[in-house]
Amino acid sequence: MKTKQHFISIFDEMANEDALKDIRKQAIDTFSQLEFPTRRHEEWKYTNINPIIQKSYTVEENCSVSQETIDGYILGETPGNILVFVNGIFNEELSHIENSEEIIVSNVKGALQKHGEKVTQFVENTTDKEQIFSVLNTALLQDGVFIQVPKNKVVEKPIFVVNVSDSEQQFIHNAKNIIDVGENSQVNIVETYRHGKDSAYFNNITTDVFVAANAHVQHVRLQMESKKAYQITTLNIRQQKDSTYTSVSVDLGGAIVRNNINVDLQDSNIESNLYGLYLGKDEQLIDNHTFIDHAKPHCNSNELYKGILDDKARGVFNGKVLVRQDAQKTNAFQSNQNILLSDNAGVDTKPQLEIFADDVKCSHGATVGELDEGAMFYLRARGIGEKEAHSLLRQAFVGEVLEFVKQDSLREKLEEIVMSHF
Amino acid sequence: MLKIKNLHVSVEGNEILRGLNLEINKGEVHAIMGPNGSGKSTLANVLAGKEDYEVTAGEIIYKGEDLLEMSIEDRSREGIFMAFQYPVEIPGVSMINFLKTALNANREYHEQKKMSAREILKLVREKAKLVEVDDEFLRRAVNEGFSGGEKKRNEILQMAVLGFQLAVLDETDSGLDIDALRIVSEGINQLRGEDNAFVVVTHYQRLLDHIVPDFVHVLYNGAIVKSGDKNLALELEKEGYAWIKEEAAAAS
Repeated sequence: MKTKQHFISIFDEMANEDALKDIRKQAIDTFSQLEFPTRRHEEWKYTNINPIIQKSYTVEENCSVSQETIDGYILGETPGNILVFVNGIFNEELSHIENSEEIIVSNVKGALQKHGEKVTQFVENTTDKEQIFSVLNTALLQDGVFIQVPKNKVVEKPIFVVNVSDSEQQFIHNAKNIIDVGENSQVNIVETYRHGKDSAYFNNITTDVFVAANAHVQHVRLQMESKKAYQITTLNIRQQKDSTYTSVSVDLGGAIVRNNINVDLQDSNIESNLYGLYLGKDEQLIDNHTFIDHAKPHCNSNELYKGILDDKARGVFNGKVLVRQDAQKTNAFQSNQNILLSDNAGVDTKPQLEIFADDVKCSHGATVGELDEGAMFYLRARGIGEKEAHSLLRQAFVGEVLEFVKQDSLREKLEEIVMSHF
Repeated sequence: MLKIKNLHVSVEGNEILRGLNLEINKGEVHAIMGPNGSGKSTLANVLAGKEDYEVTAGEIIYKGEDLLEMSIEDRSREGIFMAFQYPVEIPGVSMINFLKTALNANREYHEQKKMSAREILKLVREKAKLVEVDDEFLRRAVNEGFSGGEKKRNEILQMAVLGFQLAVLDETDSGLDIDALRIVSEGINQLRGEDNAFVVVTHYQRLLDHIVPDFVHVLYNGAIVKSGDKNLALELEKEGYAWIKEEAAAAS
């Protein structure tokens, strides 16, 4: 109760005079009625969030970041739109928004001013009243991205969203991202989370992606928060028929990181791909929770999550695939593979399939092991030194996830960052 | 080139090699034959530096140096090439990337300039002809999903690309059909030279029809009990190992 009170007092101190006033008020009321999950909840069994919710946070602190720093955070060669947020505050000067009459690429606050009602609707519809972190996000919402692509538009260049956290303070930041992609359209979104000072801030982020019929979305996320920071993300994807959504998510930073990904396949002939990579060191905890809901026939979902854990780091993978009775001819594949580099590192993995249709192909599996000694010996027997052999095998392991990033320059940059993280 | 003296090797407390002696000079091909469990693969693994093999007595001198003191990678860099009986699959590492890394690691050790990707591709393509593999093969992950024959051809390809002074072929012929055997052994024959030597560990005489050895040794109970020329292999093919076992029993 005391911990919830702290968040309510943050709400009380915030200026709540904008178009979202009523929605926020409702959200904080709902928040006060919900409880934070404990490890007794099945979905939170392996992740203790007490360190996150028992801290005192401040809100908003602007901080200047140089253009060079931001340039260094752009992955790949040909950025299109760039949206920069520093400590959650949209920085217009560092951002680069290509003017377009049809496509909306904006921060949420900016979009509220220009397109009021439409944005308010989205905020309301994407608030999950049963999820405490979702209502908290709406209640304390500061900003986020609002992207809307109309029908029949191919956005050639990736849209970059750069989030930088750099503060002495323990701040909390609630970002809400809304991505709405129209029929037959295509978009590539690259989110990055970087940090300056190593402080214990808390990013509570929700992202909702609407993928209309025959639309195609690639969504890359690179998380390099401070090693003391907390990040809880909720990513909801709603897909219409014939659409494709591919997420490639890389977690390198954070003290406690929890990613909730829910994919709702609402029609037939949909493809959903969730790929994840996590590298944990020290006492990091990285938890990926995915839920894929197959409602209609002829859909494919593929999930591959791979982790390398060192020191006392822990990984959690909980992947649930639901194949409903109508979802005949579903192909659903799920795999979680882990390498432990230390005796004190660990992983809790729980792949789950719930199948109510009878004509489906589904598989799931999980592995936990060490670097392959046989492969190490083979490489060394060809004159490759121990260090280089290690590096080659790690690169191969992570490469199986990163290979799903389509653009060469983006993939190579990610590979470089991941490899230099070891 | 290689002198093995009174070599005793144990695996998990069981003595496998019990006083093995062998001397190999440049330009020679030695075949090591023997019944199952006689220690043939143990000998190959000890030469390659595989852990879990404990040398309890004896020595191995390679090019005047104590081989047992050398790291796995340095043995390779100094010219020992081990063609494995069961090559390991390495998902995610392409053949070309693997060959490039290995080749440049060897060159760096010998203080030679690293080769560019283009130079390496040219070299590899040329050597690939030797074992009849194409560019598609080079793009695949190391040994992943390779057939038995492809795995063995891959070993010979690596041998050709990386170069060697002493090649140890551990049952390279096992599991090969006659066409694959022909490709593999022709590849090997083209790599034979006055400056290199081969240790060919095999169960079957059939390989020795293609790669004609200068010496044939019979390994039994962890030691070489009989040596001869290529005719010894023919005799073993015809008579089996029973008479070797009897002779060995009579001698002790």
